[in-house]
Amino acid sequence: MVATDYEPDAAGLQSFILCADCGTPISSANGAGLCVGCLKNTVDITEDIPKEAALNFCRGCERFLSPPQTWVHAQPESRELLAICLKKIARPLMKVRLVDASFVWTEPHSRRVKVKITIQKEVLANTVLQDDFVLTLVVHSGQCPSCTRLAAKNTWRATVQVRQKVTHKRTFLWLEQLILKHNAHKDTVNISEKRDGLDFFYSERNDAIKMVEFLAGVVPVRSKGSEQLISSDTHSNTSNYKFTYSVEIVPVCKDDLVCLPRSLAKAWGNIRPLTLCSRVGNTIHLLDPSTLQQTDVSAPVYWRQPFDSLATVSDLVEFVVLDVEYTNITRGKYVLADVQVMRSSTGSTTKASSDDDDEMGHDGIFYTRTHLGGIIQPGDTVLGYHLTNANFNNEAYEALEQSREALPDVILVKKTYPSRRKKSKPRGWKLRSIAKEAEDAGDGVVGRGALGRRGGVDQKNVERDYELFLRDLEEDKEMRAAINLYKAIPKERAEEIGEGDVVMGTANGKSGSGLKGGKRRQKKVSTQPQEMEVEEDRGVEADEETVGDDDFPEIGMEELLDQFEEMDMDDEGEEVE
Amino acid sequence: MAVRIQFENSTDIGVFSKLTNAYCLTALASSSNFYSAFEAELADVIPIVHTTIAGTRIVGRLCAGNRHGLLVPASTTDQELQHLRNALPPAVAIQRVEERLSALGNVIACNDYVALVHPDIDRETEEIIADVLKVEVFRQTVASNVLVGSYCALSNQGGLVHPKTSRSELDELSSLLQVPLVAGTVNRGSEVIGAGLVVNDWCAFAGLDTTATEISVIEATFQLQGQNNHAVIADLRDVLIDNYA
Repeated sequence: MVATDYEPDAAGLQSFILCADCGTPISSANGAGLCVGCLKNTVDITEDIPKEAALNFCRGCERFLSPPQTWVHAQPESRELLAICLKKIARPLMKVRLVDASFVWTEPHSRRVKVKITIQKEVLANTVLQDDFVLTLVVHSGQCPSCTRLAAKNTWRATVQVRQKVTHKRTFLWLEQLILKHNAHKDTVNISEKRDGLDFFYSERNDAIKMVEFLAGVVPVRSKGSEQLISSDTHSNTSNYKFTYSVEIVPVCKDDLVCLPRSLAKAWGNIRPLTLCSRVGNTIHLLDPSTLQQTDVSAPVYWRQPFDSLATVSDLVEFVVLDVEYTNITRGKYVLADVQVMRSSTGSTTKASSDDDDEMGHDGIFYTRTHLGGIIQPGDTVLGYHLTNANFNNEAYEALEQSREALPDVILVKKTYPSRRKKSKPRGWKLRSIAKEAEDAGDGVVGRGALGRRGGVDQKNVERDYELFLRDLEEDKEMRAAINLYKAIPKERAEEIGEGDVVMGTANGKSGSGLKGGKRRQKKVSTQPQEMEVEEDRGVEADEETVGDDDFPEIGMEELLDQFEEMDMDDEGEEVE
Repeated sequence: MAVRIQFENSTDIGVFSKLTNAYCLTALASSSNFYSAFEAELADVIPIVHTTIAGTRIVGRLCAGNRHGLLVPASTTDQELQHLRNALPPAVAIQRVEERLSALGNVIACNDYVALVHPDIDRETEEIIADVLKVEVFRQTVASNVLVGSYCALSNQGGLVHPKTSRSELDELSSLLQVPLVAGTVNRGSEVIGAGLVVNDWCAFAGLDTTATEISVIEATFQLQGQNNHAVIADLRDVLIDNYA
């Protein structure tokens, strides 16, 4: 057997030369003719990269500035911090290849962060040199814009004053939910309650204008801007202003009774002057309940010749439907019907007898024509305006009375579900609120969202309005669709997990007990002592089983949003602050 | 003895000069510093000739030669040829070469006995080289570079070649040349040996950037340490006497 005489030429491929500078034998594959050390001495690949930089750190919220504008939380020696550090030298780093970066430990009090960075760069033809250097970052502490805003409480530059000259807060409660849903309060510095409205404060004029535009998009408003000169510099020709936007919301609300001046009614499709406000969106929708004729009033049209509402929701009276005669006239969801109604007695005999005290000579049964034909049946309870009992102070109404036109005795507005109210079941849902402080107040003091949180201008009214607002939501699917509802955690569970929002639950319980049944229409109750309420509650329970509202527009679970995510977020936020 | 010089701020002195055992050519410079450096070493031993080749100063790259002769490109003018003829010793043959690769210094690397040439050189040119320079001619490459004249410097004592020349290639070349070869650099890591270094049997001139390490490699390779020209000439004379005896 012949052994093949083959010697691989591996040794032949390798040859050595002496480094030109230091004489160390190096592989001739090195194109520079210098050893690595000498090459590093000759060319510095870290030359163009700054070795020192500054990190901006907010002392208030302990966040680092991640250029250009964001402030992020970053633990010492974390990936986030490393990213921020490398961003500081991002431009010079573009010209080299970043191989590795790691922190060199430094004493936190030294206010220095050191990063060891390894880079590669092609120095000569086909010669890539790798080198590492230490980047020292000096931590400059300061304040981030949000902390500045927080620290200087009054640094608003623009304010939006939203006003609605009505006696209740329903519009604002509704508006708060709309604002939350659309996140329109994002840049708000502060919100404060004023008589008949709210003030929103902004650090930038643009944000205020955005808010005004948002409001104009969701409710009929009239707005006016004004500015106040704070300071001016004649040299640079600049001046500093504070801007104020006054936004007035049309004082006509949903379910209000409106008596139009005859000229207006003629102009708007010859609608009958006595109308109901069926919906308030961007425009006011007026509905004549006896003909189902509708007209839309936009904000500019309204303000050209403003009119007031004749009666508002607080004037609603409860009726029981005795008989319904449906007609086949329909319009959208409205069905015209002739109904027989009677004032519902509220359980107390003295009250019932007092109904006849008006001595009008009738038997207490009223005939009227209503738009609610689609949803009412004999035996239902409805709310309406009792015109015969009312004494209005309104020119248009007086003109209408004198025109000898037959006015209805009663105008029905909406169906109500009193037996639902009587169950002391807590609500399975709740609303968010702009103002956290209101919820934070541990004891019974509750303001509702942005309203009444300073102990309330008129806290009792606010509390009542809030409860009515919640009921409206429960009874109106369309209204619910426009805002966000959240799952409420049952009270005992909430306590288990130590949820900070318990106040909400107790508030519901409290307001529920305080406002049982149709009691809100009895003006006396607010001044009556506690025993009275208890007694009434007992009476209410008696007839609870007898009446059932099968067509109650239940709130389905699919309508509710999980609040947990948001709560988690909030919790984090609290840790931070 | 190795000397560091520069030509008008350029360290590529091999471009502007040609050094053999019998003569030295230098380019015309604005000052005579470059010439003087050669003169200081070589005066009284061999003629040092100021010249241009084809009107250019890059004499080192355009011509090739040794003790026996000098090859100049076809573009050399008659006047220059006449000047060279007058200046060089009569024993040195001068020949104009009609060669497409006209930078003869780049394509021919030679000592007094052997020449390495570009693989694509004309057969006629190869014959002329063999006749005029009295050398054996080998078509070769150095570290896969065809410009053998650029990437090596040869003397009768040794040779310095391109740093990336592999060891097997070194062995092959040194067996052809019958002198020890070393891979190395000049001018602080430059691999263009021919441009950075001119050398004969007793002295060498390197570019000004050449480091001490490189000088020591050069001196060791070309056996320049501890020798002066007399010793070498005596040595040379012995060889000649041997040859012609």
